[in-house]
Amino acid sequence: MVILSQLFTGVSIGAVLLLIALGLSLTFGQMNVINMAHGEFIMAGAYTVYVLQQSITDAGLSLLVALPVAFGVTGVLGVILEFLLIRRLYTRPLDTLLVTWGVSLVLQQAARDVFGAPNVQTRAPDLLTGNVHIVGDLVLATNRLFILGLALAAVVVLSGVLRFSSLGRRIRAVVQNRDLAAVSGIPTGRVDRLTFFIGSGVAGVAGVALTLLGPIGPTMGTNIIIDAFLVVVVGGIGHLKGSVIVAFVLGVLQSMIEYSTTVSVAKVGVFIAIVAFLQWRPQGLFTLRTRSLA
Amino acid sequence: MTRFRGRRLAACAAILVAAVALAACGSKTGQNTSSGGAVADTSGDTVKVGLLNSLSGTMAISEVTVRDSLLLAIEEINAAGGVLGKKIAPVSEDGASDWPTFAEKAEKLIQQDKVAAVFGCWTSASRKAVKPVFEKNKSLLFYPVQYEGLEQSPYIFYTGATTNQQIVPALDYLKSQGKTTIYLVGSDYVFPRTANKIIKAYAAANGMKVLGEDYAPLGSTEFGTIVNKVKASKAAAVFNTLNGDSNVAFFKEYKSAGLTAASMPVVSVSIAEEEVKSIGTQYLDGQLTAWNYYQTTAGAANDKFVKAYKAKYGADKPTSDPMEAAYVAVYLWKAMVEKAGSFDVEKVKAAADGITFDAPEGKVTVDGATQHISKTARIGKVGSDGLITEVWNSGSPVKPDPYLKGYPWATGLS
Repeated sequence: MVILSQLFTGVSIGAVLLLIALGLSLTFGQMNVINMAHGEFIMAGAYTVYVLQQSITDAGLSLLVALPVAFGVTGVLGVILEFLLIRRLYTRPLDTLLVTWGVSLVLQQAARDVFGAPNVQTRAPDLLTGNVHIVGDLVLATNRLFILGLALAAVVVLSGVLRFSSLGRRIRAVVQNRDLAAVSGIPTGRVDRLTFFIGSGVAGVAGVALTLLGPIGPTMGTNIIIDAFLVVVVGGIGHLKGSVIVAFVLGVLQSMIEYSTTVSVAKVGVFIAIVAFLQWRPQGLFTLRTRSLA
Repeated sequence: MTRFRGRRLAACAAILVAAVALAACGSKTGQNTSSGGAVADTSGDTVKVGLLNSLSGTMAISEVTVRDSLLLAIEEINAAGGVLGKKIAPVSEDGASDWPTFAEKAEKLIQQDKVAAVFGCWTSASRKAVKPVFEKNKSLLFYPVQYEGLEQSPYIFYTGATTNQQIVPALDYLKSQGKTTIYLVGSDYVFPRTANKIIKAYAAANGMKVLGEDYAPLGSTEFGTIVNKVKASKAAAVFNTLNGDSNVAFFKEYKSAGLTAASMPVVSVSIAEEEVKSIGTQYLDGQLTAWNYYQTTAGAANDKFVKAYKAKYGADKPTSDPMEAAYVAVYLWKAMVEKAGSFDVEKVKAAADGITFDAPEGKVTVDGATQHISKTARIGKVGSDGLITEVWNSGSPVKPDPYLKGYPWATGLS
């Protein structure tokens, strides 16, 4: 029974990892942009819930409204960042890293100035603070089920867009060979901006989900950004599929080790597993074969 | 390009030289006076005191409220005529949540501002950082926060609770409620580990059972597994020494797992009124806390304190235990100075024993031997309005015992 509830905890940790990494797997995975401000986009999504709850008193409704609003808000933040800074740095990944890190500090301080240094609280609908009783001691927390559902829905929608829509085809074309895509008449600049919009928007959705689990404060982004990068790197750059598998494997691994040891040991264990894995497959779980010369 | 770089290098070098020169000056003043001890400047019609709190960084949330409370006490004392006929002039310094900065600012307050006493510090790490500074300069610090005990500096007065005024009474309360199996959850640093060592010694001697013990790294926000472990242990109660953000994630997870204050109460030692607000009352409803003071504590002295605080800082600002301890510290210092008839540190220390004050928490008495104060221990319950109401108290003030010498089970802990 304990094994089952730990398995569920692991899967739900995986769902959280997946949600926070999903947007990154687009911007980092597809576009190769190291966006250190991704965590702060997640924070912006979380604060969106807080702001909306100032005017919408119903907790459930405000959460539902927050999902699209947060997507839009952080998406626009992402586009602004892309347009003002990242666009000029596509050939200089290290500079991008430093610049976006600076942006993340600015956003953190902005949140502190606007909302105050202490954490803020949001209300969760009663439905999402309870649990579903399965059998015996096994109960599944509804907020975790909700996040699991949200993560899976986000994956389905995102991979659908990438595979079937014309935007998705253009994104893939630019990823596989930017120059060829450009000479074929694809406006690569606009495609980049749209990719960044979607990737950042998904971060906002992740932020909304995180309000159900943890604190909402100026520094919440820094705690999750490393995990997000881990998932994308191990999953293999340029593949959603890799991120999905790796998120769940890491989540279950973490919770299983933690149960019989401690949090710190589990973290170390997961890191050792990752290092060993990357020795064996430095390119990650899946590799993208491209005709690009770069 | 090379010329430009050269000029920049020269500028860097100049700054470096200036910095070294400044540092050298600083250390020289330090050496000159360290042997004789600092002398407070009381020549004018004011006397300076130092306020040393983190006004920026992670600890600012908590420490700014302490600074506000100190200023309130100073304002009240000045309005009533000051201390020995002199008005108190506060000098506020920002410790910036950084322990070396605390030490540096303490040195500055003592050496440059020549303050008669310093009030402040929150974390044990910052207190440990400034302790040698106050001892070297023979200057006074009033420390207003509950801590892990096992300390007694001759130049620090501790107005917050030591372990036998907070943790031990909380365990007594659990025992009296028949909750004899407990699970320990804490952040992974010195306070929770020391506190849990004491709890385990208490449990072993009092027929209680510690079913498990888990530490989360500071700032950790993933508590799924820990809550599963707590739940599987079927303990009667949880003793929580988590700090900061982790509390938010822990209590959200706790509620989702179907655990409640009724089925498995959590006793927390670092959640005061201010923290309740940021965790969310819906997650804390009915849970227990251990302190010496709550905003709701009955008594005329507290009514006056709460009213004055809200009038000065806003009606929505709650008062909490460390704020009260800070407020009390200023009044105790005033009483000591007046009894001594002097601002001289040694005379003030000699006058300290037996000083009493009708504090918002009730009557407190300074114990000259340990330089702690006697405090009434209180267990409170978080209400749905976010305030904490008392469910139990120790009846009379508990004499401070920082080394737990009066408790046979605690031998070998220090």
